[in-house]
Amino acid sequence: MKLKMKVLAAAAVLALGAGTAHAQISGNVVKIGVLNDQSSLYADLGGQGSVLAARMAIEDFKAKEKGLNVEVVFADHQNKPDVGSQVARRWYDAEGVDAIFDVPNSGVALAVNQVTREKGKAFINSGAASSDLTGKQCSPNTVHWTYDTWMLANGTGKAIVKTGGDTWFFLTADYAFGHALERDTEAVVVKNGGKVLGKVRHPLNTQDFSSFLLQAQASKAKIVGLANAGGDTVNSIKQASEFGIVKGGQNLAGLLVFLTDVHGLGLDKAQGLIFTETWYWDMNDANRAFAKRFAAANGNKYPSMVHAGVYAGVLHYLKAVHALKSDDGTKVVAKMKELPTDDPLFGKGTIRADGRKLHPAYLFEVKKPSESKGPYDYYKLRSTIPANEAFRPIEQGDCPLVKK
Amino acid sequence: MTEIFGISLPALSGQLLIGLINGSFYALLSLGLAVIFGLLNIINFTHGAQYMMGAFVAWFLLNKTGLGYWWALVIAPIVVGATGVVIERLMLSRLYKLDHLYGLLLTFGLALIIEGAFHHQYGSAGLPYAMPSQLTGGSNLGFMYLPNYRAWVIVASLAICLATWFLIERTKLGSYLRAATENPSLVQAFGINVPRMITLTYGFGVGLAALAGVFAAPIYQVSPQMGSSLIIVVFAVVVIGGMGSIMGSIVTGFGLGIIEGLTKYFYPEASNTVIFVIMAIVLMFRPQGLFGQR
Repeated sequence: MKLKMKVLAAAAVLALGAGTAHAQISGNVVKIGVLNDQSSLYADLGGQGSVLAARMAIEDFKAKEKGLNVEVVFADHQNKPDVGSQVARRWYDAEGVDAIFDVPNSGVALAVNQVTREKGKAFINSGAASSDLTGKQCSPNTVHWTYDTWMLANGTGKAIVKTGGDTWFFLTADYAFGHALERDTEAVVVKNGGKVLGKVRHPLNTQDFSSFLLQAQASKAKIVGLANAGGDTVNSIKQASEFGIVKGGQNLAGLLVFLTDVHGLGLDKAQGLIFTETWYWDMNDANRAFAKRFAAANGNKYPSMVHAGVYAGVLHYLKAVHALKSDDGTKVVAKMKELPTDDPLFGKGTIRADGRKLHPAYLFEVKKPSESKGPYDYYKLRSTIPANEAFRPIEQGDCPLVKK
Repeated sequence: MTEIFGISLPALSGQLLIGLINGSFYALLSLGLAVIFGLLNIINFTHGAQYMMGAFVAWFLLNKTGLGYWWALVIAPIVVGATGVVIERLMLSRLYKLDHLYGLLLTFGLALIIEGAFHHQYGSAGLPYAMPSQLTGGSNLGFMYLPNYRAWVIVASLAICLATWFLIERTKLGSYLRAATENPSLVQAFGINVPRMITLTYGFGVGLAALAGVFAAPIYQVSPQMGSSLIIVVFAVVVIGGMGSIMGSIVTGFGLGIIEGLTKYFYPEASNTVIFVIMAIVLMFRPQGLFGQR
């Protein structure tokens, strides 16, 4: 380790002395670390797919031709905040990593957010949900790219109430994430003239939802809102279909659902599900081209919005590094906010002072099996929420970086 | 609408029925544990992993060989039971003379290894397993919508539980088994191959776990952790029923399923803990369990 530090130090000295061209690229390499769940419940929606997305972005940026030497490393945070922050420290201190990408799981993301700020590096998050990353805990070194809890609650809740789903029953995971999602969604439902008829809180990682579903059924609410994630969501949807919830005229609203969840469930079980995402592969030619390329290199598994967010985030990060001729984290993130974003997957957009990336959000409904024409043909678009309405207004986030 | 304590009667009956469904899983699993403990004196911590293996065998059969659910009901218990026989011959049989603790440690370690291997191979997102087409749909009972598949699970597991009880408590083979646990050398002196009987008993207990796994596959995702979340509850059921008591584990399995179902209705946050509260109370007043003898 010590030797490595010395080499790094020597390289830094050399680089400083070498002149202007790459004066501020540490070690002459821009090193990107993809930190996510590689083996457990979020491995499908992020995992190796995110590493692939980062590599594709480097390729498409034509980094080599622009004289940038970019490397990718990855690690498994096992959904444990302590493991995540350890890896981040090691990467930043000893292995010359300049920026960390992806990091699903809000707990881990908030820990990495802290370490990155301490070390003056860059953190571009795609996989985590907590809107605190751009709220109370916002940082000059963090960009939150793909989605967040406020957006999920607002997008799905508002759109559903407006299209007639004005009575709700919540199925909520009984811990901080579920409570927050339920609270935010309830606020949106009530504000838009809807009513919450009841709610039931289930322990995290519940196997059997039948008795909760029975209560949802008995409530006669038009919408059953699922304020849970991962295995809980999949199991509750699967069993809702068994108990004929959708066939009985009620609709499910998954408040956090990914393409990979729908794939795991199958259309037969997932049909009719309504939820918000910010990216879907079958929306335009650029997305389709990306998905085909991605799937070919990923065992025919299509990209989720988290993968797309990693791709777009890396692309924009490299743009900023290239423009600055530096990989200093704080400066690069400032540059990322200054430059308008423009990438094939999310189109033109901006990054706000609090680190929130702005783009439209889409309300999707899962197709019936008869409507699906090919592999991963799962969603139909119900409505589009423009970028300026999709995310929490900057003044409501209590981000200390934003001067009122 | 009829009501008691402000609870509508239809809703209550619905929850009772749901409790019965979950109870049938508890009963089936705790039955296997009770058989193994009663006759081998081994606390089989691998039971959850073997339940999971049953579900995975069903998944393999469907996806690799095209053999559906009904085949899986027969094949999975045999295949997983056979792995149980191998484990008993190679490892467990060496531990009978030692303290219970050694068997517990061995089976616990095995469970971790098996679950880790499946986790490594299949991740944890879970694999979908389609419901057999004959059992899709359901019927409206007036107070609740009962999916056909769940009704099937109750009936089938009740039948299997009672058959097992009959086999062990009321037949000649069962009496040999019970005698062999009381005094193996005497039974051996009558010309009965006791070690082989013990091996097959373990295989049978494991097969019951695998069968429960096949029952569970269409309801839950087939995933490496499906057993570990259930096994703790099932152990509590066995302790409450009385270690080794066959009828005890059946009755307690269904009974606790119903109590858990009611808790989910009255105070859902406690539904994960209610069984352990009951376990603590039972242990305080009747350490041998409700049906145990001492």
